[in-house]
This record gives sequence, structure tokens and C-alpha cells, in this order.
Amino acid sequence: MKTLKALPPRGTIAAAVFLAIVLAGLIGPLLAPAGPGALLGTSFTPPGSEFLLGTDHLGRSVGIQLVHGIRTSIYIGLLAGITGTLIGVAFGTLAGYRGGVLDEILMGLTNIMITVPAIIVLLLLSISLDTRSVTVMGLCIGFVSWPWTARAVRSQIASLREREHVDIARLSGSGTMRIINVELLPYMMSYIVMAFVIQLYGAILAEAALSLLGLGPSGTASLGVMLHWAIAWESVRGGQWWVFLTPTVFITAITFSLLLVQSSLDTVFNPRLRVGKAAR
Amino acid sequence: MTLARINDLAAHYTAGDTNHHALDGVSLDIAPGQILGVVGESGCGKSTMASVLSLNPGPSLRITSGTMTIDGTEVDLADTESHRRLRGGTVALLPQGALNALNPTRRVGALAYDILAAGDKRIKRAEAMERTASRLEALDLPPRVLRSYPHQLSGGMRQRVVTALATLRNPRLLVADEPSSALDVSSQRLLVDLLRRLVSDGLVDGIVFITHDVALLSELADRIAVMYAGRVVEEAPSRALVDEPHHPYSQALLASVLVPEPGTRGRRVTGIPGSPPDLKVPIAGCPFAPRCDHALEVCEQVRPPRNAADARVDACWKNAETEEALHVG
Amino acid sequence: MSAETELLRAEGLTKVFGRGKDAVRAVDGVDLALAQGEITALVGQSGSGKSTLGRLLLRLLDPDGGRITFGGKDVTVSRRAARRDYWREVQAVFQDPYAAFHQYRKVGSTLSAALRLLPDESAASRKARVAASLEAVGLDPAETIAKLPHELSGGQRQRAMIARALMLQPRLLIADEATSMLDASARVTVLNLLADLRDERGMSVLFVTHDLGQAYYLADRILVMHRGRIVESGAAEQVVAEPEHDYTRSLLADVPKLHRTG
Repeated sequence: MKTLKALPPRGTIAAAVFLAIVLAGLIGPLLAPAGPGALLGTSFTPPGSEFLLGTDHLGRSVGIQLVHGIRTSIYIGLLAGITGTLIGVAFGTLAGYRGGVLDEILMGLTNIMITVPAIIVLLLLSISLDTRSVTVMGLCIGFVSWPWTARAVRSQIASLREREHVDIARLSGSGTMRIINVELLPYMMSYIVMAFVIQLYGAILAEAALSLLGLGPSGTASLGVMLHWAIAWESVRGGQWWVFLTPTVFITAITFSLLLVQSSLDTVFNPRLRVGKAAR
Repeated sequence: MTLARINDLAAHYTAGDTNHHALDGVSLDIAPGQILGVVGESGCGKSTMASVLSLNPGPSLRITSGTMTIDGTEVDLADTESHRRLRGGTVALLPQGALNALNPTRRVGALAYDILAAGDKRIKRAEAMERTASRLEALDLPPRVLRSYPHQLSGGMRQRVVTALATLRNPRLLVADEPSSALDVSSQRLLVDLLRRLVSDGLVDGIVFITHDVALLSELADRIAVMYAGRVVEEAPSRALVDEPHHPYSQALLASVLVPEPGTRGRRVTGIPGSPPDLKVPIAGCPFAPRCDHALEVCEQVRPPRNAADARVDACWKNAETEEALHVG
Repeated sequence: MSAETELLRAEGLTKVFGRGKDAVRAVDGVDLALAQGEITALVGQSGSGKSTLGRLLLRLLDPDGGRITFGGKDVTVSRRAARRDYWREVQAVFQDPYAAFHQYRKVGSTLSAALRLLPDESAASRKARVAASLEAVGLDPAETIAKLPHELSGGQRQRAMIARALMLQPRLLIADEATSMLDASARVTVLNLLADLRDERGMSVLFVTHDLGQAYYLADRILVMHRGRIVESGAAEQVVAEPEHDYTRSLLADVPKLHRTG
């Protein structure tokens, strides 16, 4: 609660925008009269009283596709964000706390992952996997996005490890797992939350990019898939602005609001950026 | 004659709904050619005092009363914009942790040029280097230091470089905020000699040296001011204060100094019981009263008077009454 | 020192940081012996290797050479279970009274965490141990255990840390710069507490410090450390009154003294 109170206004607004979009993705599909694949009208009907956001090249409702697309994109983002954060924190913590050979192995692996462009790995993964379900896609994005988190967490842990309360815990007989869970991770929580928000943001963009290339999930709508079809049917040139503008606006709104939330979390968690300084 | 004077300075930090009364009616006077030592324990307001005196107060500090004059001119404490003109040229700060105060990515010469250019935008690079070289020489540093990066210098040299840079624009007053705390005793000794030389060579007119180490001050300062809970409780010539402290807090502080003098081992020293007061609420009487062995009833309720005599001042009710008794008797 | 009173002995203890050309011999062949019921001060400037030596003796760090015996038993290389036994006998108080506590956990939980070294104790007797040791350092148990670290003053926190060590009734307490971040008045209280623990419980203390004044006030014996080696050792009075090594002499000359007339 205290954290929310300390959030600067732009952060609060951004969080509200993000939550509103998420809500639309949760409730929208339940209220929709038909599924995202249903052919409801003639193709490329402009927005109006019949279809709030018009229809696409097949005559499917853009509005219904949008709410389903948001749901898919957020699901993929959350899944990838959680997977990426968990792997990154686990690798970073182990490497930073244990040091030595384990550190060198884990960081070597991390550096290799960083140098290989994630989009290439994703392309290869998407092509080689038979199923292109939403879940598989989320996990794939998560599995390639952890290295930056791992590196950042490692350097934080390596400096936290030197703190005296860690020595005190060792002198109290605490083992490695207990020291990591009790002495180190609570100090890292703010950092991990911020890393997670960045992962979430990156995953939603990665989904859009992959789908744009035609490697998106099959059988469902997603913001990236919508963009893919809009471009495939040359809506930009054809003047059917509602078809490509709708997913673009929402991808931008989601990522921009997340970025704002992240940067204002920084001012909440980082005491040095906080306005006013505590008395000394 | 006075070089700098602050009078009845009061200031607090604001954090949320609470105020932290860091300074409460502080008055100090620095004469030309003098080193004034300010001693006190953590939280007594000495660093806040240094920040005001060096015209570098933190953004959340509110100055509620007081006046300050430096070098004959009155400083408008509310108008922080006007401070910039005086900073570096008239007043300079020798920071805490001087060893980390240098930008590691720049050469000493470049740092020096920035400092001089801040005071005079049209200064030529060659002239700046020349002036810096002569100042470095005055502090026994070779000219090659100009081309060195901070990490290429030893700890002792870095301390001297920081001091040289702080005094580059010939400030009248140098405020040193705990520059000695992170140093080992040998480097402390060098710093003390260096500061004394700055004054005797006339490179600065006066120094305010802030520390928690009263033994160090007794070797360095001409006068010592003792601060407690945002107030100056006693101020006196160093020798007089060390020999015969008047205020009970000064007495307790001096009693807890431990020095390795042969033959003194085995005596048991007692600390001061209790802990310093909470400065969130203003204190009506003497802030030391709850921990004081000599506290009278009046101490808790009424602010003690300033007893001034023989070039020394203290703020203690017991001393005031003793003096009165002497006069009456 | 007779074998009877000797508690801990280190022989040829060495710790090297870094490799090849950049290697630093932080501790370089140190021999020392600590006696039962005595306070020994280890004095050195920053970078002298005194804290590394302290951590070696605490078994938080593995030495690169030499051996440590405690109560006649070799403890140089030990598995985790053996270390836990060692830490029941040897405990520590560190420099920074803020960093030594977990900032989000109550003081009581940091204290009772140490009791996991005594697995056979009942819950009631654990509680009693916490309370008794807090009382022994002059803190109110009920009030202190419920507080968060930042609600105590630096001196109170350092005393709580000593209480944490006391619960285990160790035979040796290693105090690494335990008083250097405290104000002068709080410092004296902590030093007196350490002296009382020696006098009343026969506890040995290794007091690691850069301050000869404190070492002289508190310790029975003083070891002076310089560049990884112990350059002088002897009774406190003797080291201060008749220093033998040049380094000790310069150290003594540089310590600021109170200039009293007469």
C-alpha cells in the first residue's frame, strides 16, 4: 500500500491504463457476441454502429479480435515474463552467491545467450516446433529472454553477499539455500519486480514481432497476428486504417504504460531518486 | 574582526508530516587566521551546520531563522541562487571521504580547469594549469600530478590534491566536513599539518573543521565548539575546553576519549547513560538534561542562558547559577 | 603460554587474494595464540590484513596455508557440520551495526536464528536464553525483540549483536572493529561490556581495531599487524610504553592525544 502511495502521478496513470487494457482483455471476450474467427459481415466494413471497430478482410469483427488479442498477448507476456524472471533470478543468484567455477560456467552460458540474437532463436524454435500454441510461444520467449536479468541479478547478489548480515547468518549455521531465500532475495525484491516488468514488456513486443513475421500462434487472435493480416492484405495502402491502427495503438499503449510504471517504480524503490531526503 | 559569523541559526528537515529539528539557535564566529573545530556525536547537527556554512544545504532543509555574514557581506540564506556566486570562491567545502571525491575518469588538470572556469569563464587553459601547478607545488606535489588520473596517486597524495582543488580559487573560508573520518592515523596526521599550513601560508583565511574526534581537534583547532542536539552547548579556546570543560556534556565527551598514554591503563571510564533526544519535537529546556547528573528542575523547562566569560561561552543552568551566586556573594 | 590456558593457536596462517602478478598476500604467515579468559587486541591500519585474519579465524574464509587449532583440535579444514560445532564456541560481532541486521526482520528473529546451532534446546529454554543474554547486555528483552533494527540506536544494536553471540555462550568472541562506528560515549559502554564478559564469564575476546587508544584501554595483550604480518606482540602496557618495532612507534606518534596542560 505504501508503495502505491509513493508512486508518482505519471506512474499511477500508466498503471491505470495498463490495468484497464488488461481488464478489457479479461472481460471483453466474455461479453463478445461471437468468437474472434466468426465471419460476421462484409469485408472491410468501416467502424460504425454495427461494428464498433469495423471488420477485417474476412469480415471478422476487429473489436472482438482486439479483446481476444489483448488476452493472448498479456497471457504470453506473463508466461514469458515469469519464466524469464525465474530462470534469470535463479542463474544470477547461484552465480553471484557461489562464485568461482559455477559463476564462470553460468555467466559463460549467459554471455553466449546474449550474443545470439533472441529473434533468431525464436524463429528457429517456432519453425522447428510442431505445435504453435500460445503457451509454447510464451515459454519460448521466456527461455530466450532471461540473460539480462541473470547478469543484473548476479552483480547485485555479488555485492549483497559481502554484507555483514550474511556473515552473521553463516555464523548462525544457515546453509546456502536459507541464506539466498532469507538474507538475499528479500533485499532483491524491488529489483526483481522491476526486472519482471521489463521482461513482460519485452515479451509482448517479441510476440508482436514474431506474429508479424507470420510465426504467431495458430488458431487464436493476438495483437501481432492482427498486424500480420493487416499488412498481408495491404490495409495500409488500401486505406482501411482501423484494421492496422487498432493493434498498433494497443501494443504501443501496453508497452508505453509498462515502461512508465517501471520508471516510476524506480523512484519508489531507489531512495536516492525519492524527493526529499531523510534527516541525518 | 570576524571572517564569518552565523547568528541564531535554526533549520529543520521535512520528511512527510514530521520535521526533524536539526539546528536550534546556533551561533558561531570565525576570526581571520583561525581554525574553529566543531565536535559532536552523530545526529547532533554538525553536518547540517557545515552544509549551511558552505552554502550547500540539502534540498529538504528549511532554514527558519538566522543570519550569516561572510567576509563582511550578509548572505541571504533563503535565496540559494545567490549562493552559487560565493561557492568555491568565497567559501569552499572539503568533503567527507576526500579519497573518493575525485572523478576517476578525468585527469587532475581537467578537474582543476573546470573549477577555475566555474569562477571565471574566460580563463585560458594555460593560465589555469599554471595557477594549479603553483598551488600543487605549495602543497609539495610535483607538476606531473596535473596529468595524472586519481587512481595513479597514493592515498596521501590524493588527500592533498583534493585539498589543493578545494582551495584553488583562494576561498576565504574552508569548511571541512569530517575529512578525517575514513583516514588512518598517519594520514590524519598529514591532513592536520596540511590544514595548519593552509592557514599559516595565507592560502585560506579560516577553517571550520567538523569531526567527532575531540582529541584530533585538540591538536588542530584554535577554538572548539561542542554541539549537542542541534545546539552549540559550549565554545571555548581549545586548551581551555580540554583542560576545564564547563558544560556537563563536554565533560562527559572528554571523559570518554581513550588515548594510549602509558600508565593510564586500568582506570574505568563510564559512557553517558541514555541516548540523545528525539529531534522530531522541539525541546523547551536543555536537551542534555535527561542524561545529566547535575540536572536541576529548571533544566527541563527553560532554555539555558548563554554564560559568556573569559572568551568562552556555555549554555548550562548550573553554571549560570554558580556565577550568579559568585556575584551575589 | 602454558598449554592449559591456550584456547586458539594459528601457525603460518596465509591468505592470498588474486593470482599471478596481482596476488596480494593479505595474511602472510601469521603465528598467534589466544589465551582463555584474556582480551587480545589486533591493531592495524586499513589494509593491514587484520579483518582477513579475523575472518580466517572465524572460519568464514579458507586459508591458503598454515593451520588453526582450537582447544587442541585442528580445525583448519572442516566440513559444514564441524563448522557448526566450531561456531558454537567462536562467535563474532562486526563493524557495521546497521548492516549486521537483516533490515526487514525483527531483532528477536535475527537473535533466535543463531539458536539453530543448538538443535536440542526446547522452545522455552531458547526463549529464556534470548531474554537472559539481552538482559546481560543491558537491554530490555521484551521491548528489544519486537523492534526492527532501525528502531534501535547504533550502540543498542551493537549490544544486541553481542547478546546474539552470548546466547551460544561461546569461549571466544571475535569483535571486528565492533566499536569503530559508534559515538565515543556509546563506545565506552560496549568496551566495558566486553571487559565484564571477560571478568565474569572468563570469555576470551579478540578485539580487532585500528584504534590503539581503545586497544590499550580494553586489552590485556596487543598484537600489531602491518602488511599481513604481526610485527609486535606483548602485554598492552609494554607495547604502548616500550614499543619495539618502528611501525608501532610511528603508529603511537600519530595517534592524536588530548593536549592537557600539566
